[in-house]
Amino acid sequence: MKANELTLTNAIKKLQSKKLSHKELYEDIEEAVKRKNTQLNIYLSVDKQAQQKAEKLQQSVLAGMPFAVKDNFLTVELPTTASSKVLEGFMPPYESTVTKNLMKNGGVVFGKTNLDAWAHGSSTETSDFGPTKNPRNPEYLPGGSSGGSAAAVAADVCLAAIGSETAGSIRQPSSWCGCVGLKPTYGRVSRAGVVAMASSMDSPGPITKCVEDAALVFSCIAGKDRYDATTVDAPIPDVVHTLKDGIKGYRVGICYVDHEKLKGTPAANAVIEAGKLFESLGAIVSYIPLSQQLEKNKILTPDYAIGIYTVVQRGEVSSNLARYDGIRYGADRSKFGAEAKRRIMLGTFALSKYFDENIYEKAQLTRSLYIKNFEQLLTQYDVLVSPSSPGFAQKLGASKNSPMFGELEDMLMEPTSISGLPGINVPSYHDETTNLYLGMNIVSGQWQEEKLLRAAYSFEQATKWNSWK
Amino acid sequence: MQSKKVSTHDVAHIADLAHIPVTEEEKENLAEAFTTTYGVVDILSKANTKGMTQTQQVTGLENVTRDDVIDETRMFSQEEALRNATTIHNGYFVVEQVLDKS
Repeated sequence: MKANELTLTNAIKKLQSKKLSHKELYEDIEEAVKRKNTQLNIYLSVDKQAQQKAEKLQQSVLAGMPFAVKDNFLTVELPTTASSKVLEGFMPPYESTVTKNLMKNGGVVFGKTNLDAWAHGSSTETSDFGPTKNPRNPEYLPGGSSGGSAAAVAADVCLAAIGSETAGSIRQPSSWCGCVGLKPTYGRVSRAGVVAMASSMDSPGPITKCVEDAALVFSCIAGKDRYDATTVDAPIPDVVHTLKDGIKGYRVGICYVDHEKLKGTPAANAVIEAGKLFESLGAIVSYIPLSQQLEKNKILTPDYAIGIYTVVQRGEVSSNLARYDGIRYGADRSKFGAEAKRRIMLGTFALSKYFDENIYEKAQLTRSLYIKNFEQLLTQYDVLVSPSSPGFAQKLGASKNSPMFGELEDMLMEPTSISGLPGINVPSYHDETTNLYLGMNIVSGQWQEEKLLRAAYSFEQATKWNSWK
Repeated sequence: MQSKKVSTHDVAHIADLAHIPVTEEEKENLAEAFTTTYGVVDILSKANTKGMTQTQQVTGLENVTRDDVIDETRMFSQEEALRNATTIHNGYFVVEQVLDKS
């Protein structure tokens, strides 16, 4: 086995017990990049000094391991483009908190990965620098918007990656590429130095080869940051050491498998199978019919959430992207691609007088309903489980000419994302004919990443779907 | 609120507000996209939100402040601040003229 194919945790162990050197590791990584990057279009830039930097970090937590970082995190030593021609060649004057925390813990930013331009999308096809292809099967899309980061993990051109999610952008590409992806609670990981998309939802997080790696990276990047006022000064649970404590007595709620677009599909069936497995591991499993309105005012269905997300996300995008005027940095607004133009204008539209009532206010009121209803529901359940994406990866070109492609793709994650809840994708099925994966989304209450990581770890250990096992 | 059709004239107005240059063809596509969006967000009018207050901050934080002290380690030099600008003049950013001379 080549060193680039190791999980992060195993590579650190090998390195610290002197069974592996930085030279061997970085040579294998660079060889894999050379072989795969032209075809798959994963990295937009790489650091040629990465190995040199790593060699000084032997004794640190992350021991000089190479990370792939989504190209919407500001990095002083590598250009940051958000995959948009507006920021082509932009060298940030400061470092994002997440990459600073990675480096403080001994991680090395090996390269910056492709994304949907400005993180607008679920396919990585809206990148101004061309689509990334799915390493599991290059005729298919990697998902998005963190498609380059998920592809970097699946293609073994890094040991772990960083992505960012507003509603699905970590978990959906992880699902399509057969990786683990953790979207932390909103406010758990700093947004400082991340190119802003929808500020009330944006959450940076890890994309990794296994759950243990996700726990490790999460514990390195989480925490209060004085440069992001929405980060919370709460203790970070010791997720790495509680991972293996099992899920005996866990109350697991299976949801969205009865949704009209999912009923009887492989994605829904995989989650039903997972329910049986959880039961055999000592959990108490029940089905929650969230696809229908539970009772008056108890809405938690995807359809209202899609409406809320569409209004709030587009509205925040139009405001956040107003700063790109080509004066202080970047090109002028004529360089925005078609999808960015569409979202900025849809946001301007949603915030304008064209609607007969204040649609933004109505969206924020309905959002409060979801927050309250999930809070109540999560007093009865430890974790909620659903498919991450409604299906397998789609073919290249699938996102073209569909203004709601992302919303339909992410519909199962929007209800919990607008409520700030954390969630994790774990591979839940593998199709041998296409070599494509399905993923399962495990959600817990705010600040309870420990719970969902334990459930994800137990599932991963008891199944054969993780390709690095 | 009911689904209505958005015209290319409306799109032109929105484009102007958002400072986004659009071609005639883009206007047609955007009018269609706006009309679709109407249909998607229409459902919100059916939600009973009586007694709810708007979500401003999803984790309930309020009024986060810091001491009003300048952190000199984070300050950019003039050179750093201007480094990424396409046009500068005598150490300033060059902006488009907004006022008429006459």
